Amino acid sequence: MPEPAGLSVRLRQAGPIPLAVDLACGPSELLALVGPSGAGKSTVLRAVAGLHRSGTGRIACGGETWFDTAGGIDVPPHRRRVGLVFQSYALFPHMTALGNVTAALGHLPRSELLERARTLLRLVRLDGLEDRRPSALSGGQQQRVAVARALARDPGVLLLDEPFAAVDRRTRRLLQEELARLRASLRIPIVLVTHDLDEAAGLADRLCVLDRGETLQAGPPEEILRAPACERVREALDLREGVRGGLAREPEPSPDRPGP
Amino acid sequence: MDWTALSVSLRLAALTSLLLLPVGVWVGRWLAFRRVRGRPVIEALLALPLVLPPTVLGYYLLVAFGGGSRLGQAWKAVFGHPLAFSFEGLLLASLIANLPFAIQPMQRGFEAVPTDIREAAAVSGFPPWRVLRAIDLPLAWPGIVTGMVLTFAHTVGEFGVVLMVGGSIPGETRTVAIALYDRVQAFDMRAAGVMAAFLLLLSLAALAMTYTLSTRIGRRA
Repeated sequence: MPEPAGLSVRLRQAGPIPLAVDLACGPSELLALVGPSGAGKSTVLRAVAGLHRSGTGRIACGGETWFDTAGGIDVPPHRRRVGLVFQSYALFPHMTALGNVTAALGHLPRSELLERARTLLRLVRLDGLEDRRPSALSGGQQQRVAVARALARDPGVLLLDEPFAAVDRRTRRLLQEELARLRASLRIPIVLVTHDLDEAAGLADRLCVLDRGETLQAGPPEEILRAPACERVREALDLREGVRGGLAREPEPSPDRPGP
Repeated sequence: MDWTALSVSLRLAALTSLLLLPVGVWVGRWLAFRRVRGRPVIEALLALPLVLPPTVLGYYLLVAFGGGSRLGQAWKAVFGHPLAFSFEGLLLASLIANLPFAIQPMQRGFEAVPTDIREAAAVSGFPPWRVLRAIDLPLAWPGIVTGMVLTFAHTVGEFGVVLMVGGSIPGETRTVAIALYDRVQAFDMRAAGVMAAFLLLLSLAALAMTYTLSTRIGRRA
């Protein structure tokens, strides 16, 4: 059940992407939204951020209602305290790393801007690279700027849209460790979208399984992996029948060996 | 060189570019970012001056500005002189004839701004006006400058519309392009040659600048 300080989302939509989403994420909790490509994971994040605005339902975070069709509430994105890390990072290409973070600090008085931005860049271990433009940063460094920028708003919820998809394996591992470390200092709900079940299980407190726009099951990773609620969950996560507690899944179907 | 004509040309071109700057930014941004109903019709109307013979455009503008039209009558009542064959009339005609030259490059410039970057700005707490100032304008500026340069150069070189709406009144509506024509009619080929060379160099410089900038639109300088 949604906690007052956490995030609660209820969305219904008939089309173009059908949605039947119910999820909650408590403060300090990391919820991983998992499911196959096209399941609507990013759409849910965009709806929370106010970038996807259709359908009916209610979205509340930290005691504020951001969207409520029954109450006629639809807060525009710039007034929702959301930190969103885009899959593409979407850094402002004409601003330095410091400029990107400072830009999201509009709520602070001018005198505190630089100090706060530097602190945030230190938090994601980018001190020394403040004056670089995004084009002069590696993928992993760009991702860190995006995280620092997302945190700059002092958000009520941190949304991460496939944040590790665009980096190599080693960088991914380092960034995942970084996120685990960062979590300790954050008291807000974090929603991570990923199609990588191992990543989700390794990082998240709870998983929420989404398939064709519908939330099917939510719970601790080991519980979902041990006891999928239904066949659709098993299919959505590509779980092998009878496997207990592990992360074993069907191997990817190869051309000479057709999938199940 | 007919300096009076040159001064009319430059004044007309500068005013046209300046006045079309906000129009181009507003309409270009609107067409680039909004789902617009009837977009093909709107874009066709805006592009019309590109393909219409200038005399056709000039004819309709002359009819619209003339003493028989409401606009023409209202203008005369307020300012005491007719709109047609005046510098103001020429400027108004020039604004309409240059709409596509200003709007289209600016629209392309805004279209080159990635959607996710504008969304990231909104999610970072930017109100719409700040998205325009801090994201759209800095990233679309090559398109905006291109629109202004093309408008300026095209205005200096416009002939048909100017002749139809402005006539050839020295110091008022006689531009360099018209003066060049008058010089040729008077068999003064030397003066015509100077003006032709000037217009040639101006157009070349404008196009070179435009092409330099258009490579920047993609690069998001």
